[in-house]
Amino acid sequence: MINVSKLKKGIIIDHIEAGHGFEIYKALHLNDIDDVVVLLKNIPSKKMKQKDLIKIETDMQIDMTVLGLIDPNVTINFVKNGEMCKKIKLTLPQVVNGIMKCKNPRCITQYEDVRGIKFYLVNEEKKQYRCEYCDAYTTFIEED
Amino acid sequence: MLKGRHLIEPNDFSLDEIESIMQLADNIIANPEGYSMVCKGKLLASLFYEPSTRTRFSFEAAMLRLGGEIIGFDDPNNSSVSKGESLGDTIRTIECYSDIAVIRHPREGTARLVSKFAKNMPIINAGDGGHEHPTQTLTDLLTIRKFKGGYDNHVVGVCGDLLFGRTIHSLVKMLSRYQGVKFVFISPKELQMPENILNLLNDGIYKETTNLDEVIGDLDILYMSRVQRERFVSEEEYLRLKDYYVLDKKKMKSAKKDMIVMHPLPRVNEIATEVDDDPRAVYFTQAKYGMYVRMALIAKLLGVEDKNDKCI
Repeated sequence: MINVSKLKKGIIIDHIEAGHGFEIYKALHLNDIDDVVVLLKNIPSKKMKQKDLIKIETDMQIDMTVLGLIDPNVTINFVKNGEMCKKIKLTLPQVVNGIMKCKNPRCITQYEDVRGIKFYLVNEEKKQYRCEYCDAYTTFIEED
Repeated sequence: MLKGRHLIEPNDFSLDEIESIMQLADNIIANPEGYSMVCKGKLLASLFYEPSTRTRFSFEAAMLRLGGEIIGFDDPNNSSVSKGESLGDTIRTIECYSDIAVIRHPREGTARLVSKFAKNMPIINAGDGGHEHPTQTLTDLLTIRKFKGGYDNHVVGVCGDLLFGRTIHSLVKMLSRYQGVKFVFISPKELQMPENILNLLNDGIYKETTNLDEVIGDLDILYMSRVQRERFVSEEEYLRLKDYYVLDKKKMKSAKKDMIVMHPLPRVNEIATEVDDDPRAVYFTQAKYGMYVRMALIAKLLGVEDKNDKCI
């Protein structure tokens, strides 16, 4: 088992479904920050059998919307002075702005350059969202 | 207050606001001359990116009968669209010249998109792909009001292409806001009502069937629709489904004496011409009401209806 030293300040994103860690790494643009970032894959877990985990030694703000979409079951732990100061669980956002694309081939957003498209949650279990323009349902699936 | 507002889908307006449009339409029908100059000096931009007869003519006739004038196109190849101009730029330019704009476009959600660019010009959705057609819904409401006396507690049969039928999507969303309305959705399996519309309806207020004969006797209103060739990718599939339902005299015998037959038109084969003489067939009157209700809508959105003090 690889050991990573205890975080003094920053964020631990825990309980990431195995295989989703890199998606979250990309979605949060962690490649672009100069702080220390550790991505651990396929860690043995009692609850999940396997999980991913990300540690970020930073003061940066996290875009919860992105995380809630990619893996709403993750836990976010905020660390200050080496101690856990806040822990939050994510759920699917009611409104998603500017991250998803409409899957309806007849939707105008497929043909015009439309920024910041809003999607409204209609079915949590299916991760189904409604496009603000054409009302068609789109299921959120992570990009390859 | 409807002045300056957009109409993209029927739910953009409250029931009270819709009632105010209906009352104004009634007044215009009673006294069309009284409203013949209320839009004098106003310009309507008529932007038809897709062919249309009834909707375009009725909007243009409506504006002319209110004393206003029209600019626009009915073939996008004659506009800057053919040069690759974005919709946003088109609308921002047209807003420099027009007081109100009507748009029809084959892509779903177009009217909502352009309404975000129009700062001071009301946008009216005249049909966006298979999505919505709210002014047809106003036409339908006026027709139901005139022939059935109101909107509550009707059993409404909706027959034909329920998947791509934008007039149907708008009408069902609208009528579901009234008390006690029940729907019977009659379509081939391939053209059933989409999930996003069914999800808006409470359980128990609709049923789905493929058989018109079995349910026609239960209906107060039968809304027929055309299977739309232009929405199909496969010509073979269109040919297989286009004559799935044909309303004829024989079927009408099983219907209630006071049932009305509506259709947004154009009709192809889904209503036999022999039904046209049946007093229950109201679709041509419905088309006429379309002009009056669009006159009322334009006057409301421009805030000019009070110019005729005698009639308000």
